Amino acid sequence: MTRAPIPSRLLSRRSLLAATAALPLAPGAPRAAERRIVAAGGVITEIVYALGRQDLLVGVDTTSLFPAAALKDKAQVGYVRALSPEGVLSLRPTDLLAVEGAGPPDALKLIAEAGVRVERVSEDTSEAGVAGRIRAIGRFVGAEGEANTLAARVEEGFAGLKRRRDAVAARKRVLFVLSLQNGRVMVGGAKSSADAIIRYAGAVNAADSVEGFKPLTDEGLIAAAPDAILMMSHNDHAASPDQVFGIPALSATPAAKTRSLIAMDGLYLLGFGPRTPDAAADLMTALYGKAG
Amino acid sequence: MTLALPSPAVAALFASQRRRIAVAGGVIAVGLALLAVLSLGSGAVRIPPERVVAVLSAWISGDREVLASREALIILSIRVPRLILGALIGAALAVSGALMQGLFRNPLADPGLVGVSSGAALAAGFTIVLGDRILGTVSAQLPFILLPVGAFVGGLASTLILYAIATRHGRTSVAVMLLAGVALGAFAGALTGVLAFVSDDRQLRDLTFWSLGSLSGASWTKVWTVVPLVLPVLLAVPLLARGLNALLLGEAEAFHLGIPVQALKRAVILMVAVAVGASVASAGVIGFVGIVVPHLLRLVFGPDHRTLLPFAALLGAGLLTGADLAARTLVAPAELPIGILTAAIGAPFFLWLLLRRDRSLDS
Repeated sequence: MTRAPIPSRLLSRRSLLAATAALPLAPGAPRAAERRIVAAGGVITEIVYALGRQDLLVGVDTTSLFPAAALKDKAQVGYVRALSPEGVLSLRPTDLLAVEGAGPPDALKLIAEAGVRVERVSEDTSEAGVAGRIRAIGRFVGAEGEANTLAARVEEGFAGLKRRRDAVAARKRVLFVLSLQNGRVMVGGAKSSADAIIRYAGAVNAADSVEGFKPLTDEGLIAAAPDAILMMSHNDHAASPDQVFGIPALSATPAAKTRSLIAMDGLYLLGFGPRTPDAAADLMTALYGKAG
Repeated sequence: MTLALPSPAVAALFASQRRRIAVAGGVIAVGLALLAVLSLGSGAVRIPPERVVAVLSAWISGDREVLASREALIILSIRVPRLILGALIGAALAVSGALMQGLFRNPLADPGLVGVSSGAALAAGFTIVLGDRILGTVSAQLPFILLPVGAFVGGLASTLILYAIATRHGRTSVAVMLLAGVALGAFAGALTGVLAFVSDDRQLRDLTFWSLGSLSGASWTKVWTVVPLVLPVLLAVPLLARGLNALLLGEAEAFHLGIPVQALKRAVILMVAVAVGASVASAGVIGFVGIVVPHLLRLVFGPDHRTLLPFAALLGAGLLTGADLAARTLVAPAELPIGILTAAIGAPFFLWLLLRRDRSLDS
């Protein structure tokens, strides 16, 4: 009970990295001019990598799943909503880039008190929000040129999507299914990130009678009458049509007749970063074919 | 609480233990001191021991240059409050567990039985899920101030309801309290489930993290809000020891020994509600400490509350400080929720003790 635990640095390679990174600062030692940024929020990490500024990153949170290199190469500071102030400070960051939802506030306050510049990034899923986020992060990491190019490409992508959407004659109803835990179907309702991507793809969210991610009853599923089911795949593993349409309520939907099941990588689909127009375009192609 | 000593035979039995108690007390106290030093000296940021000493002495002497350093901020704004908070909460939970087990004369009783944890969890759920919606419009900080306040008030309120249900004609039935506590807990759990249903992704994760418990948000503000609630309870606890010892014989017997049984019950319930309410409000739900610590001590010293209560405070403080040290360092720079660790460290050790000793648990 009162025995000292084994020093952590003997226990994990990651803490070893963190420990060696945190060399003691002599008081009044001149600060190195290099910037060391910690990213709290997967979309921030994705954008920093897309701008080619990943060398500035010293730490990322557990939601930074894309690109895969991020979690491998950078120290992990925990879940975006439960950051540890000392953990972040141990990486000797100059800046913390955090999404609006990052926290807890006490931790962020302490980190700011330690002289780290804390910068908030919006999580807006609108077209202007996605492009604005890229430009804001670009300014922050000194990659304005790259950010403008990337944001312009994203805006172009959204414009292309709009042209395709306008050409759609009959909108399909899409049901985003988050999980099928023992027959309980969790769907993405109105105001969820899934709802935004479905609308970008020129479809109607079949579950907009509920808000956020919610389990839907069997009758609710039948009433939603989706023409297609959208699901996330994890590491190329996705539910099979047999599994999905084997659920009685789903077998009674229009989607079951055509066996329309679309599986896409979760982050690609719901990240709202630079790849979002492509993700929406892919979804659109899956729904309506190559038209437009 | 004035009362005659228990019978001479019992007194003699306890006397034979004096040396054992002194030795164990010394060991625990020294261990606690070492653990405190270790806690201040370790964490995700590596600070060499001599710098830790320099910062702590600057804290006393007020050396501005050292106090302005980053190390000073980490030690004085993060580690010291965290150590104090952890020790206080650990002591509060362990002592509350011992008090509840004494009151219910049941080794399975835990601080959650007075409804304080479920009430606090429900109130916390309300502020997490609805606070964002309603209060977030007023100020972004408000939900975070309201969470601990709400949890504390919710915990206290559910205890008072329970007490009112179990009390008839000025007598509190412990059995009714136990059963009503289960019912109230289920009801609060159902309401918490409703909140989980209407919450969005993020609120759900906050709810989950909160229910796992963590000392991560420790700050001086939290210390100063917990100290005035928990410290008086810890200091007043020894006054209850004799009454609880008499209660081991049964309520009627205790009454005939001159113990004001009803006042004792009221005092125990109120103290537990305040101490646990403050703990849950500041660190979320941390399980197992309240059950395992008093048991360990009973296995070593027997059931005398005069030994049990002060030792529970020391050992509870030690257990939680140690668990927090592990929480902060094992996956640095990330952090583990401490509730996972208290069970992970406590449970196997406890089982091992149970297997080693076949002494009866009918205490």
